[in-house]
Amino acid sequence: MANPMRIQVNGEFREVDLPLTIQDLIGVLSLRQERLAIELNGAVIRRSEWAHTMLKANDRIEIVHFVGGGC
Amino acid sequence: MSTALAPETDVLKIGAREFKSRLIIGTGKYRTFSEMKSAHAASGAEMVTVAVRRVPLDRSSESFLDHLDPSLAILPNTAGCYTADEAIRTARLAREALETELIKLEVIGDQTTLFPDNEQTLEAARVLVKEGFVVLPYFTDDLIMARKLLDAGCPAVMPLAAPIGSGLGIQNPANLAIMREQLPDATIIVDAGVGTASDAAIAMELGADAVLMNTAIAEARDSAQMARAMKLAIEAGRHAYLAGRMQKRLYASASSPLTGVVR
Repeated sequence: MANPMRIQVNGEFREVDLPLTIQDLIGVLSLRQERLAIELNGAVIRRSEWAHTMLKANDRIEIVHFVGGGC
Repeated sequence: MSTALAPETDVLKIGAREFKSRLIIGTGKYRTFSEMKSAHAASGAEMVTVAVRRVPLDRSSESFLDHLDPSLAILPNTAGCYTADEAIRTARLAREALETELIKLEVIGDQTTLFPDNEQTLEAARVLVKEGFVVLPYFTDDLIMARKLLDAGCPAVMPLAAPIGSGLGIQNPANLAIMREQLPDATIIVDAGVGTASDAAIAMELGADAVLMNTAIAEARDSAQMARAMKLAIEAGRHAYLAGRMQKRLYASASSPLTGVVR
């Protein structure tokens, strides 16, 4: 059964259905996976752990990529 | 003849990496990706810096890195971070995504000047070096701060020459000259403030090992041509530094014989 919960992704609150791994979240958000990095509650989650890391209510997730920049 | 002049042996070393080019450039502010690519190619740079930002969730975004020549080394930066903690987190994320230990450490202290917060920078540098990062810190052009960053284990230091994006040129050449003289073995990369080719040449003549720039190229009317100008200026300045300039004197010194002049 779907179980809605609230998480925070890049500073925005979102309702998602449990159970959900980080890997699932990337799919839900339709993100390209290459050269992304993900932080869960302040700690980097290695790519190899994305499929095994279950999210829970009130988790704070940061998903970053690279953009043009100098200094 | 000094063998140091041979171009094949005169390389820029950063940690375990070696570069023939002493120009490092940014990837921001270009009008188009194709303009950026042309400028990168014309510059001869072997390393470019990129910023880390949140992925937009409301629209699909292409991967910016796809627009970079794959032969370029990528130097992620912590631009936009205002505390050691933010910079440390950003560095860890960059390492995870790019599988590189290189990080251009920036901890900004003020929005108007974008001057670095040297205290937070040093704090972040100490943590990141312990975690195995190759930390290249942006800092105020100050000898004492440079020493502390080197003591913390940074393989190179990146003093500013003027505020980021200002194009004001080398505002305190004496500080760079002192840093060079007092830290003869340090790798010094001038970061920020260069506006045009002569600024880059001056930085190199003062003994900088390399120069990092973005806006001077990206905001030039013809960025590829400016990139080429910067490449040549960096090379010219490097040669001039290695050649050892003449002493300045107050009065004229004739280059032609003083005798045998037709009277």
